[in-house]
Amino acid sequence: MSQLREYAYEAAQPSERPAGRRLTIGWQHAGRPASLHEHHQRYGPLPGSGRRGRGGLVDAVAAAELTGRGGAGFPTGTKMAAVASRRGPAVVVANGMESEPASEKDQALLARAPHLVLDGAVAAAQAVGADIVHLCLDRTRTWQVDEILRAVEERQQARLDPVRLLVHELPGHYVASEETALVRWLNGGEAKPMTTPPRPFERGVQRRPTLIDNVETLAHVALIARFGPDWFRTAGRPGSPGTMLVTMTGAVRDPGVYEIEAGSRVGDVLALSGAHQSGSVLIGGYFGTWHAMADIAQLPMTPAGLRPAGAAPGAGVLFALPPASCGITAAARILDYLARQGAQQCGPCMFGLPAIADDFAQLAAGQPKGRPLQRLSRRFGVIAGRGACRHPDGAVQMAASALTAFAADARAHAAGHPCLGAHSRRPDSAQPPIPRPWAEEEWR
Amino acid sequence: MTLRLRLDPIACTGHALCADLLAERIELDEWGFPIILGDVPPGLAADARRAVRACPTLALELLPASDDPRRRGSRS
Repeated sequence: MSQLREYAYEAAQPSERPAGRRLTIGWQHAGRPASLHEHHQRYGPLPGSGRRGRGGLVDAVAAAELTGRGGAGFPTGTKMAAVASRRGPAVVVANGMESEPASEKDQALLARAPHLVLDGAVAAAQAVGADIVHLCLDRTRTWQVDEILRAVEERQQARLDPVRLLVHELPGHYVASEETALVRWLNGGEAKPMTTPPRPFERGVQRRPTLIDNVETLAHVALIARFGPDWFRTAGRPGSPGTMLVTMTGAVRDPGVYEIEAGSRVGDVLALSGAHQSGSVLIGGYFGTWHAMADIAQLPMTPAGLRPAGAAPGAGVLFALPPASCGITAAARILDYLARQGAQQCGPCMFGLPAIADDFAQLAAGQPKGRPLQRLSRRFGVIAGRGACRHPDGAVQMAASALTAFAADARAHAAGHPCLGAHSRRPDSAQPPIPRPWAEEEWR
Repeated sequence: MTLRLRLDPIACTGHALCADLLAERIELDEWGFPIILGDVPPGLAADARRAVRACPTLALELLPASDDPRRRGSRS
């Protein structure tokens, strides 16, 4: 666990709202979450709590052009409007699972500003016509569950919220944070993705229209509810306004969670953590893409800005690999992890991911059978797009990008010349973190 | 009318009868799971219906081609 990055900001009055620091205000009070009192001192109360009608906040979030901070980057206002337009009472699910191994930003946010997340979930519930909020957490993070339960109890004692808040502890598989997996678990099933349609906004928890948002997204909703869309857009770039949390790990001097303005250049963001400027970087997460730093440093960290490089901000992950480390080995480790983390439901994922993970392991070891690069290229095309969820697509994207970013290494490995990193069994902080996998049967 | 094949990848367990009955539009990957090659023209509609009916896990269905093929899942 890397340390949190603390900012030297005093608790700011709403009138002083600093443009580039929003969610992380007051995080220098390390070691405990902001109490409800501290939270209200910092941001003021949630306006209109308990009496706001439908619609106003949906329009405000749309006008703010907030996009989801969980990875997919979908426009939040569009999603809220889709749920609000359905008949019958809705449900809100706050996704705090953060199953991405290289991401810590949601854990940091929940650990420092739980009431900001809960405010956002409650405001979103009122706006879309929901009377209940389900907050989903990884059940191995027992300290986090305890802290959130305390925050919910504080709110109940203050009789703050007109909707019910329920905290759930789910198995922490990589794919369990996929939105249909949350719906399936909340409906009494296993935390495995489902075939769509129906999408959750059509028919989700208890067959009701269901809004599922990442916890950071909801924290931004809480601020838009307070300060409005125009204020939200004073940070970031046109098309990608606001701030976002990023997690920087690997070969960086100060690993941790940082709040940046959306659209900051990747090189400037990496410089905040003191990243090695001549290495490579995995951007987005384990579904993301590998790049030489030099190729991507000048690009803005937005979906549009990164698109020319075939990259996306994803969940705000930047993992830096030092120049001396083997990128093929790093990608092989991640691919092996992702292959084991499938829900074992769809054939192309069940069989395809272990097959390309094996190809990559052979390649990393410099002991390829046949022509591994040609075989991988063919298998990438066959596997992607054929699962119920995007797990196989994400794994293929990461693996394919490694063969491009580390093309010279890949050719050398394919010719039987492994580098030293390929044979290393040592724990290596310069390699991507691989969590211990869950026991296979624990999906409920 | 042109028809669209939709496969439920969770329901599909790779019996592969569909690829026999509709070889023009369904081939198998190296692990024996179907790959849909494209929409079904009127001339193949009868074979396509046979393939849909033959699936032991009811994983295959036929829709009008104008329908949204299948919206992709997303991590929230």
